[in-house]
Amino acid sequence: MTMEAYRYEDGSITYPGHPIGPDGSEPVDTVDLSEYTAEVVTWTTSNATPPGVREPNHLAIVEFDIEGTPVRALGQLTTGDVDIGDEVEPVYCEELRDPETGIREPDSQAWDGYRFEPV
Amino acid sequence: MPDVAVIGASMTKFGQRETWVRELLAEAGEACLDDAGVAPDAVEHLYVSNMASGEFEGQTGVPNALAHDLAAVPAYTARIDQTSSSGGAGIYAAWQSIASGASDMTLLVGGEKMTHRTTGEATDVIASLTHPVEYKHGVTLPSFAGLTARLYLSQFDAPRESLAKVAVKNHANGARNPHAQFQKEIDVETAMESPIVADPLRLYDFCPITDGSAALLFCPVEKASEYTDEYAVVSGIGGATDTHVVHERADPTTMGAVVESGREAYEMAGVGPDDIDVAELHDMFTILEFLQMEGLDFAPKGEAWKEMDRGTTELDGELPINTSGGLKSKGHPLGASGVAQGYEIYKQVTDSAGDRQVDADVGLACNVGGFGNCVTTAIMEGRR
Repeated sequence: MTMEAYRYEDGSITYPGHPIGPDGSEPVDTVDLSEYTAEVVTWTTSNATPPGVREPNHLAIVEFDIEGTPVRALGQLTTGDVDIGDEVEPVYCEELRDPETGIREPDSQAWDGYRFEPV
Repeated sequence: MPDVAVIGASMTKFGQRETWVRELLAEAGEACLDDAGVAPDAVEHLYVSNMASGEFEGQTGVPNALAHDLAAVPAYTARIDQTSSSGGAGIYAAWQSIASGASDMTLLVGGEKMTHRTTGEATDVIASLTHPVEYKHGVTLPSFAGLTARLYLSQFDAPRESLAKVAVKNHANGARNPHAQFQKEIDVETAMESPIVADPLRLYDFCPITDGSAALLFCPVEKASEYTDEYAVVSGIGGATDTHVVHERADPTTMGAVVESGREAYEMAGVGPDDIDVAELHDMFTILEFLQMEGLDFAPKGEAWKEMDRGTTELDGELPINTSGGLKSKGHPLGASGVAQGYEIYKQVTDSAGDRQVDADVGLACNVGGFGNCVTTAIMEGRR
């Protein structure tokens, strides 16, 4: 399992990857964000979660610095004890929510991924 | 290209309704035709703004069902789905149908039936618009609002109370609206002490889950006077998208699609933000009212919250916002909401808004889908 971001011809990086990058260029490489730490841009604790989602659900938007190129991701936090600006690292989680109880077809996407844990 | 008039409008009571989506749509559609004095067989195009009738109640094909129920067969029909901005997208489609010459009489009806689902189920239907990398983390639209509100309050040193004041204002307006789900005033303390839903946002920062329907009737301006002495003209309209993946936006507190759709609408109408007398903004969450005020240039970036203490956006203020009560108080039946925004602006610029009437010749409606993913902005001007 990796946290795969795409790098495009113009040097920009996005997570997730897209067939065409923000400036219209094609992907040329991948970057595994799980090997990097990131900084919390903002966070929330959600107390009204849909079926199959943990409650409370701590979430953050974080920003990675990949050799000077910023790339953001959104994901669950391992704790609600964080602040804007904190450094976090991705930790693997086998199942982020129960695939069987939501509206989305379970086979249509992956359900494992990375939570962010304060360093 | 013919100018486009709105010659009739209606909306049902918003709230928890016993009727299902087909019946809600028919109620608003019939009332709208009655309002304009137009016979069903005069309708050439019929659009239904609806996000998820299939997901909510297993009823698809609603435009054709409505054409039959209203005796508008053989009108051309289409369903307009743009998630929460389906109503605004419906206004865009109806405007296009008249402006292009494809139709001389277009009925737009928006509606959604939601309250038979639990809050969790309804939240999941709405959250299904997210990208898989968002959805698997249990991200909901309210959690996007919490993430954005925390950043906004931190970046711009805005007091938490400023968001509560949006709720207080819109509830006060909704108390004057007989169609609103909540016709009840609240105070800042009540909003500030309500349960936390998505920290730092609390229960009163969020719109309710709602059943309801609204309708607008469009025709070329040169034919409007055949039906009515007072009508509105769609003088400007714009639509735009932002990234599907919300965290990929360079500035989380700027809604790019609000900025772009507003710019298009202002340019087409030949007006600017100072010319707008009244506005309906998509306050699905209180923080969105600030982001739209800034995106539409009603306030400088990071300063919309300051207008709450100045009373600028209250009914008797310089720019009344959400005179209907907004989604916050009136309710948010997804596909109906943008049409109901158009209903309120039509009422205001034709001087028929009753207890909520403000002095308005030019009004603006901004309808937001997803978390700013798709936006339509419409400007209407009264003609008497």
